[in-house]
Amino acid sequence: MIDFRSEMLRIIEAARADGWVLEPDAKRLFAVAGFDVPRFTLARTPEEAIRFAAEIGYPVVGKVVSPRILHKSDVGGVTVGIADTASLTATFRRFQGLDGLLGMIVEEMVSGIELILGAKIDFQFGPMILLGMGGTGVEIYKDVALRMAPISEKDALAMIGGLKAHRLLTGYRGGESVDLNRLTETLISFSSLVMELGEGIESIDINPLLCSSHRCVIADARIILRSEDGKASA
Amino acid sequence: MDLKPLFEPRTMAVFGVSASNYRHPANEIFNKNLLRYPVGVYGVNPRGGTINGQPIHRNISEVPEEIDMAVIAVRADLVPEVITECIKAKVRSAVIVSGGFAEVGRGDLQERIVAIAREGGFPFVGPNCLGIYVPSRVDTFFLPGERMVNPVVGNVSFVSQSGGILVDQMIKFTAEGVGLARAISIGNKALLGELELLDYFAADPATKVIAFYIEGFGGNEGREFVVKAKKCGKPVVVLKSGKSPGGSKAVSSHTASLAGDYASFSAVLSQYNIVEAVNELELISFCESLSTYAKPIEGRVGIVTVSGGHGAVAVDACAARGILIPGLPENIREDLRKTLSPSVQDIAGLTNPVDLTGSGIDEDFVATVRSFCSMENIDCVLALLLPYIPGITSDLGAKLGGIARQCGKPLIAYVPNVEKYAMLIEGFTLNGSPVAHSIEGAVLMVDALRRNRP
Repeated sequence: MIDFRSEMLRIIEAARADGWVLEPDAKRLFAVAGFDVPRFTLARTPEEAIRFAAEIGYPVVGKVVSPRILHKSDVGGVTVGIADTASLTATFRRFQGLDGLLGMIVEEMVSGIELILGAKIDFQFGPMILLGMGGTGVEIYKDVALRMAPISEKDALAMIGGLKAHRLLTGYRGGESVDLNRLTETLISFSSLVMELGEGIESIDINPLLCSSHRCVIADARIILRSEDGKASA
Repeated sequence: MDLKPLFEPRTMAVFGVSASNYRHPANEIFNKNLLRYPVGVYGVNPRGGTINGQPIHRNISEVPEEIDMAVIAVRADLVPEVITECIKAKVRSAVIVSGGFAEVGRGDLQERIVAIAREGGFPFVGPNCLGIYVPSRVDTFFLPGERMVNPVVGNVSFVSQSGGILVDQMIKFTAEGVGLARAISIGNKALLGELELLDYFAADPATKVIAFYIEGFGGNEGREFVVKAKKCGKPVVVLKSGKSPGGSKAVSSHTASLAGDYASFSAVLSQYNIVEAVNELELISFCESLSTYAKPIEGRVGIVTVSGGHGAVAVDACAARGILIPGLPENIREDLRKTLSPSVQDIAGLTNPVDLTGSGIDEDFVATVRSFCSMENIDCVLALLLPYIPGITSDLGAKLGGIARQCGKPLIAYVPNVEKYAMLIEGFTLNGSPVAHSIEGAVLMVDALRRNRP
């Protein structure tokens, strides 16, 4: 069994120089901590991408990995629904034109309602947990619930119930209901993880957290570290 | 550290009193305590002289009594020496009124006095503050007595980071008849801050409600504050300023952007059942109702009025805050109709709100409130009174207040704030029912009871 604490710390320490944990490493961190993440690989060449896509089957998602690109969507660095080898190669070529490319994440397509699960270390209150409707419009809709960590099960349920869009989660107009137990567990585990990471981090964005009737998957994650002088470094 | 000498001093030494400058802040403090409060007051100034016929002592060691509280209003750079002398002379606490510390970039000087006080186990309030006001007991505010109102004695204790806000709220509390137990301006809160005062007031038998005006907490202090507040067993009401984000801080994560300082503050307060007041009206209304009723309610209100309009406005205000207004069951309506006076029996609207119409009389109110008291799914009564209708008398306040007290459900009244209705208003308040002077204020009082879960 991997000692997940030492593995987590190793990932965080390795990322210090960049100031933030890139998506592949952030996902590995969440995976070792027991969270559900999609099957993915970090492909350095188009051939690696093609090999992995063949293994998990199309369609796949392609995402740029670069220490200089914090917001991938803003630079066209996310492509979903890649259906074949040709499109996958074309996407890789396109990403090669982006700043500081390390490689491309190739991962399985996961469906579900897009949520955001986040954390930040607040100056006055310490670790805080955020749950909201996710996706790229998160700062437009601002439909979020905030709590001081650690949270109880009651807090987790109140956070879910407190969202304006909570009816979307319980099967609105024939849509399928998300697995609320799974979501509640994910929230509580996330809160414990944040308490454990504590002052070493500045903030975490899991966006989107894709929740469906049977899974809550961390489809993207970014961990911003606290720099030595106490300010966000990224 | 024992804070009792700050709130219940028997003796006081005022540093900085002047034999020549009669408007010196220290003189105001000396004079008002000498003339108005049951505390032994001594003036201290190395130059000596007399003030108000009393000798000014050149040194604290010359003061013939043991001193509970020093009030220090000397130049900032002299403060370290003064508190050193105080500790040597076994003075038990201090209010440091003087400014000129961290607020003007002299953090070093502030750290020095904190270090001296910590080493000497010497509690002090401030610096850069007005200090402490306890009705009929002590007053370290340097404001001339004749310019201040005399607050009503009550059970709300108010802690404020700003002296100006504190005095202003004391005036407004007084105008609304909300009584104060203790008021304290903590200024730079170098040694004693919100956390220490929360602890003190939690254990203080004179305090039932603890109110705070907060600009901001130090690092992680907010976390400690909410945990303490939740455990303290008394309602805690907080008015926060500095809600708008300061400057254009670049934020790189969505979470940091969405969970800004104020969003976090407000969310955590509500997570810990601390009642946040977003403005002055809320602050006063919340303090007034929580100082009367500490027991939480679910928020299912029975409303009685003589004006359909007032009922409708109250319903809107309740709905906006998630307060429920249950309907009256058929049997209750029938019974109630039978007990109403003949002139309103056929015209009163017996839904909730109950509209007794302009023909209603005292006994119709009494009957309606009794009905609300008998209903299990109503846990609070709102009486909207318009004393200018002919059937209402000045006795109605005492009558309804008495019924509510007997049945054990909170009753909140709205009565316009006019001098001639004072007896009606007192009838309520003396029977333990708070009176609001606006419909919105009355609904806020209900909301406070619903949000407070000690």
